[in-house]
Amino acid sequence: MSIARGITSRAHPLWFAYVLHRLSGLGLALFLPLHFWVLALAMTDPARLDGFLHLTEAGVMKLAEFGLVFLLAVHMFGGLRLMALEFLPWSPSQKTLAAGAAALSFLIAALFFLKAI
Amino acid sequence: MSPKTLKVTIDRGRCADGAQTVFDVPAYENQTVLDVVSWVQQNADPTLSYRFACRVGMCGSCAMMVNGVPRWTCRTHISKVLAGNEVTIGPLRNLPVIKDLAVDMDPFFDKWVAAEGVHHGELTRNDPIAAVNETSEGRTTANAGIECINCSVCYAACDTVAGNSDYLGPAALQRAWTLLNDAKDEGRLAILDAVSGSGGCHNCHSMGSCTLYCPNELDPMSAIAGLKRETAKSFFRKGR
Amino acid sequence: MLNLRLYMLQRITGLLMAPLVLGHLAVMIYAIQGGLSAAEILGRTQGSWLWFLFYGTFTLAVSIHGAIGLRTIAFEWGGLKGAGLEAFMWLSGLGLLALGGRAVWAVTFA
Repeated sequence: MSIARGITSRAHPLWFAYVLHRLSGLGLALFLPLHFWVLALAMTDPARLDGFLHLTEAGVMKLAEFGLVFLLAVHMFGGLRLMALEFLPWSPSQKTLAAGAAALSFLIAALFFLKAI
Repeated sequence: MSPKTLKVTIDRGRCADGAQTVFDVPAYENQTVLDVVSWVQQNADPTLSYRFACRVGMCGSCAMMVNGVPRWTCRTHISKVLAGNEVTIGPLRNLPVIKDLAVDMDPFFDKWVAAEGVHHGELTRNDPIAAVNETSEGRTTANAGIECINCSVCYAACDTVAGNSDYLGPAALQRAWTLLNDAKDEGRLAILDAVSGSGGCHNCHSMGSCTLYCPNELDPMSAIAGLKRETAKSFFRKGR
Repeated sequence: MLNLRLYMLQRITGLLMAPLVLGHLAVMIYAIQGGLSAAEILGRTQGSWLWFLFYGTFTLAVSIHGAIGLRTIAFEWGGLKGAGLEAFMWLSGLGLLALGGRAVWAVTFA
């Protein structure tokens, strides 16, 4: 409890953007080996690949996919935001951009979700 | 407890063996966080250690963590930070505690020098005084960051400093940036080298806590972004 | 614990991947309509130099980008230092590259 308060007492929008960027990057880096391994089944065991791909039809997996697409989108827009803020010398609109990046990511992930169901 | 009393918790860390940490402090109409700490030291516990000097926001000695947020305590009204009638005051984050609310500022100042935050002059006393164009772009950029009072609030606010003890931190890097833009400073290469090392500006994650909490409303995050741009340019020029 | 070179590599690979991610997102949204199958994926990618280049570049960039990112997290949050930190970065990068390269090869020219 006090640890959580220790972390969040200084929280603000740009700080959340940093945490979101770090956690989404970490999540993607952990997911990638699995993603690569499943795709490589096309070479070693095509029947098993199909088995995995059928799993994606399940509701729970759709939710997981939504999460992954969100991670990818939020990390990309967050990264573009970061580079814009580092390499283009403007600053007061940073918070708006951070919020915009998250919103747009959510839109794309939602679009994926809607198409998937 | 009457509403005219504040419940003040002072985080005295490991030094506080048995020492009192919670105090009832009378509330006044005009009262800063530093006034509260001073009241405790003068009226409740004379062993309480803390640091202050000017009391008007010039010297940068009195910064502390107030409810987890770094603040200049002499210019922070207690009403701004009270939760109900309670407040928690602790030593600055990211620096070694000497005792109670006094931290060792040495790492902070050492990094100031490590970032080449020193004057690099070329002229001697025999040269004429160089004119400074107050409206030039470089001067405007430098002016934006020179009002730093070395209070270490940004250094305490920064999570990158917390995770990376080599990181030079917002204040030192901002000084490097002002010197880089100062027409009278000749240390360009030394500065760019100093801020490109393993503790340099490239460790900054632009979380912006420095800029948000700076009591003088300076913008170290943008200054560090400036250093990133300049070093990136030198990267392409020299291919290093 | 980033120096200028790692920082630049991180930014350059990031910038390079921005259009690739958009492409990847578009392909995903298109491909999942009507369900996924191995035959459908392979029908699109097998023997295609274009997909090989697209995903080959993507894999190389993500290996570098991911390794540097993991290095930063391992240092700041994990306290890993010195030779251990360097080894962790190289292992992550080469591991991602090996796994990813194998996957790209599997869906194109294998």
